[in-house]
This record gives sequence, C-alpha cells and structure tokens, in this order.
Amino acid sequence: MNIHEYQAKELLRAHGVPVPPGEVATTPEEAERIASTFGGPVVVKAQVHAGGRGKAGGVKLAKDAAEAREHATRILGMQIKGLVVEKVLVTPAEDIASEAYVGIVVDRATRSPVFMVSREGGIDIEEVAATNPGAIHRLPVDTRYGLLPFQAHWLATRLYDDPAQQRACARIMRQLYNTFIDSGASLAEINPLITTPAGEVKAIDAKINIDDNELFRHPEIEALRDTSAEPPSETAAREAGLTFIQLDGNIGAVVNGAGLAMATMDLIKFYGGEPANFLDIGGSSNPEKVVNALRIITSDPHVRVICFNIFGGITRCDDVANGIVEATRRIQIGVPLVIRLTGTNEEKAVQILAEAGFSATTSMDEVVQKAVELAGAAKGNV
Amino acid sequence: MAIFIDESTRLLVQGITGRDGSFHARQMMEYGTAVVGGVTPGKGGQRFEGPSGHAVPIFDTVRDAVAETGANTSIIYVPPAFAADAIMEAADAGIPFIVAITEGVPVLDMTRVYPYVRERGARLLGPNCPGVLAPGKAKVGIMPGQIAMPGPVGVVSRSGTLTYEVVYQLTRAGIGQSTCVGIGGDPIIGTNFIDCLAAFEADPETRAIVMIGEIGGTDEQNAAEYVKRHVTKPVIGFIAGQTAPPGRRMGHAGAIISGSAGTAAEKIQAFQDAGIRVMERPSDVVGLIREVL
Repeated sequence: MNIHEYQAKELLRAHGVPVPPGEVATTPEEAERIASTFGGPVVVKAQVHAGGRGKAGGVKLAKDAAEAREHATRILGMQIKGLVVEKVLVTPAEDIASEAYVGIVVDRATRSPVFMVSREGGIDIEEVAATNPGAIHRLPVDTRYGLLPFQAHWLATRLYDDPAQQRACARIMRQLYNTFIDSGASLAEINPLITTPAGEVKAIDAKINIDDNELFRHPEIEALRDTSAEPPSETAAREAGLTFIQLDGNIGAVVNGAGLAMATMDLIKFYGGEPANFLDIGGSSNPEKVVNALRIITSDPHVRVICFNIFGGITRCDDVANGIVEATRRIQIGVPLVIRLTGTNEEKAVQILAEAGFSATTSMDEVVQKAVELAGAAKGNV
Repeated sequence: MAIFIDESTRLLVQGITGRDGSFHARQMMEYGTAVVGGVTPGKGGQRFEGPSGHAVPIFDTVRDAVAETGANTSIIYVPPAFAADAIMEAADAGIPFIVAITEGVPVLDMTRVYPYVRERGARLLGPNCPGVLAPGKAKVGIMPGQIAMPGPVGVVSRSGTLTYEVVYQLTRAGIGQSTCVGIGGDPIIGTNFIDCLAAFEADPETRAIVMIGEIGGTDEQNAAEYVKRHVTKPVIGFIAGQTAPPGRRMGHAGAIISGSAGTAAEKIQAFQDAGIRVMERPSDVVGLIREVL
C-alpha cells in the first residue's frame, strides 16, 4: 500500500525525525491560509502516488501566500501519470546547504532490510545507481538485533564529515529504521535529507510503502489508505477479496492464481489482443467471487469479451461454473464469455455450463485465441 | 530419486485441524504420502481421521510430535499471523525440511525467520508456495496429484496454477516429471531457483529442467548465471508478466517491477544469454522438452 508524502512525514515525525511543519490543502484558499500562517516562502507539493512530481510541475516554490494560492490553483486537479491531484502539502521553504539520500528497502538477495545512503540526494536514486553506483553505500540489517549503534554511526559517516551532523544523522537513521519496522514498511525513503546553512539535518521529502501483509496488525496504517488515489474498480475488487489491476485493453480476464493470470495476459498479447485487466480470483472457490469479478469487469466500457482461464486445484471448477451462471442471472453482462476450465471437478462444471447454454474448452491457447478473435470482430463492428 | 522428498518422507502437518490443513492432509494421505501426525496447540492427544479409516495422532507441540513420530518433514497451513512462529518451532525441533504454504506472511517476519531456520541447518520451502510433488512417490503441498506422472523432467516455479498448467501440458504429451517444486511468490523465500537447480543437477533421475519465473527481483537472473556455470542438464524457461505494468504488485507480493528493475524482458535476456531455451507460451514446453530429451 502506498501512502502520501504528508502521511509518511507524520509517521517519521512521530518517531522523532526532524521534519519541517506542513499542512494539507484541498482548495487554493486553504493553501493560501496555511501559507500565511507560516509566513515567508513556502513549497506547494502535489500529493499523489506517483514519482516525478517535480518534473510534472507538481512541486512549486511560492514567495508568499498569494503565490501559494496561484500554484495550488494550477496543481489541484492536474494529472500526474494519470492520477488527479486532489491534495497539496504546503510547507515552509528551507534553505539548503546539502542534499543526501537515505532509504531502506527489503532486499530479496540478503533477505533483510537494506539501508542505502548517498551524498547525492534530491534526485532519483535509480539515476544515481545507473550513473554513479559507487556513490551509494549499502548496509543490510539483521532484524533480530535491529539497527546497531555502530551501524547507524557508519551510515552517518558515509554522509557527513562534521561530527555534530554525524550524531544528528545517526539518530535519524535509528528513527527511520524504527519507523520502517513499526509501520510494517517495505520501503522508507528520505530524499532529500538536507543540511541547512545553520548546520541542522532535516528530512524534507519522504516516501513510505507498506507491506500489505502487515496491515492486519496495523489498523492505524490501514486507516491512511486514500481510496481516491486508485480506480474505483480496484477499490471494489479489494473489498471483494480479489486482486485486480486495471489495464488499457479490451479483453477482460478472470483467472485463478497470479502466475497463470499474468501468463494469460501475456498470451492475449501473443495472439494480437490487448488485456483489459489482471484479475486473480484466488484459491478459494466461492461462486460469489466470480459474480463480483464479472461485475467489476463489465463496469469497464472498453471490454468486448471476457476470457475465463481456470486451472482447478484448490479452486473447484464447478464452483466457478456456478458463479458464472449466477452472475448471468444477476447482472447484465452484455459481452461474450469464453471459458476454459480444467482440473478439479471439471466434468461437473462443463455440465453446469452446458445446461446454462455455455460451452467450455480445456485448452488455454484455444480460449485466448477465441477471445482475441471476438474482441477483433467487436472492434470491427464499431 | 527426487529432490527434497521421496518415499522416506515422514510428514507432520502443522495446522492439521484447520480448514486447509485438514483438507490437504487427507489429499496427501490419499496420494500415498506418509503423514505421521499433526500439530494443533490445545488439541494434543486427539486423533485426526484420514481417508479410509486411517487416523494419525495430534500433538500440542512440534517437539512432542518429533519425539513420538520421528517426523523428518513438516508442512505449515497456519494463518499468516502465526506462520513465522510455526516455521521457527519446526526448525527448533530439528525438522530438516519445512514447507510453508501460508499466503500473506509479513515480509519482515521472514527476515527473522530465514536466519533462524538456516542457523539450525534446516531448509525452508516457501512461504506462499504450492509445495513439492514427487510423482508416484510423495506429495507435500497442494498441487493436484493427478496432473503429474513420474518421469525425467524437473519443474521449478514461483507460481502455483501456472506450474499446474505446464505440468499438465507435459503429462498430456506423455512426458513425466521427477519432482515439481513451487518456490513461492513472496519477496523473501527459503529456497530459491538456484537451490532447486543444484538439487536437480545432482538428481540422477532428472534429465531436463523447466524453470518458470515471473517479474520482480533478480532471482531468475542469478539462476541464469548459475546455469551457465554449473548446470550441465538442458534447461528451458518461461517468464510470466511480459505485459505487466511497472510499479504494480501482480497478485504475488514479489511480482512487481520496481522502477526499471525486474522486468520480463531483462529476465528473458538473461535466460537466453545463459543458453536457456525460452518458451513464448506455456504450451511451448512440450516441443522444447522433446528437442532436448
């Protein structure tokens, strides 16, 4: 789960990390009012779940409250990577002497959280990794012991030469690590970590991603979820216990299992079609899940055909067949369904479908080719 | 021979009285796996009824179960919040091979579990995996046994149903499998591709290897490098997620393209550079395996 910059900063602040004050506005008037309470120049920052906000014009420096209002007028409602900006963070502008990068990610290779720090901050770390990999210092942390004081000190000495700044930085490393662990994060980044001309060390931008598997033990983090930042179909899918991702094509897909669902999308493309979604109905075989899946897919007006690819293991094919029949009774599908079922209770499923007037195949290639053909024909008719 | 499990497997089922645990314990018993007992805290002393009147004892703790039954393998079906503890309990009781089926285990839990298991000399498969099937010998997991048949192909995969698809294609074409291993779709897993490749290379029954990867991370790239240096048997590969958008978690927690890293294109390139023949479609497995066998 992604959270916004302002939410990430609140988590960091709660763990003691020095973060400048800031407030969120949803209207230009509000932005102006917040800016005037800070006095002096402010930064107006789009709050969307997308990188490259600055390049897209979503981060602007304002010399006073009136200009903050102007910037907010332009930024609110703008689209960044397809996402509409509905909130801006207004925060005092800082004088910057240096910018560093600090991040923690879960690293698959060492099977542990790894700190990455660099004196080259304020830019995308992937860019640094590509152009100057030697500038990034890495440190894996054994979570059974936590970040040890000498490790925090080592990280700090990679970033700063001044002993006072090293001490301040080591403290921030421990606070960042605690934030990462306490919120069940998969990534926590401060970029940039700045020094001011007066020598203070502060976090002025932050990004935290949460491991979805941790949410059950962190209701306070789950409460930070911003459903306005995702397509309504994805919200509906999550609430129905489905994994769904909206894509741009016109062939809807209902599949059990993530790997098979990806392979189905790829096969649609292989045969010249375009997938409209990724959808995994999961291992349990509740007919209601199939009904919900069809409801979500048919709400996408681009969908011309819906392709089922079910390999019954834990999932029982007859449950899926019952779901399909049930869905056609309860909702207007309006597009053709093509169905592949094989595995557990396949014969029962074929019979249930036949009685309702559907046919099914056992071949994945066949069903996908059929779907692509129907989608193409539908396009030709438009 | 097979890898990780065989006829000598003596299996303990942790979470044997739960919905999934009880269902799959019976399925594994029906397949012929020697299930020697189960563990459910609070139900020690009771018995678990398997198929055809066969019952096995339930224990309160893994230690008690190992002492009584001589179990050498454990499979875990407990809910995500308790999975980390269950895995560590199995390792602490001296079980050398532990399979964690549970989906949704917090990744940070696994950062503590992995070193704990390793320090006790145990191998962990999973979590979030379908387990392992040695056709005709034993099944430790949830793969549908009827789609597989004994033979010379070793199959290793990050996915569940996509593995079934490939195994089904092979079996329908009359090509059997030595062992089918699902390593799991999470970012931190106990056994990776390289561990399985090494085991298949050492297994005399395996004559060719099918490796099914997906987007996210660099396990496939590392595996390709390993194949180039250490694997003499023919390897064919598949990567799922060529059409996946970057930055989205595609069902599996580990299936995510981060920035520009972990794409299908780079993995396919790594496979090709290592001399691994790449399937364009799951059904291509039959033709490619026939060419190398």
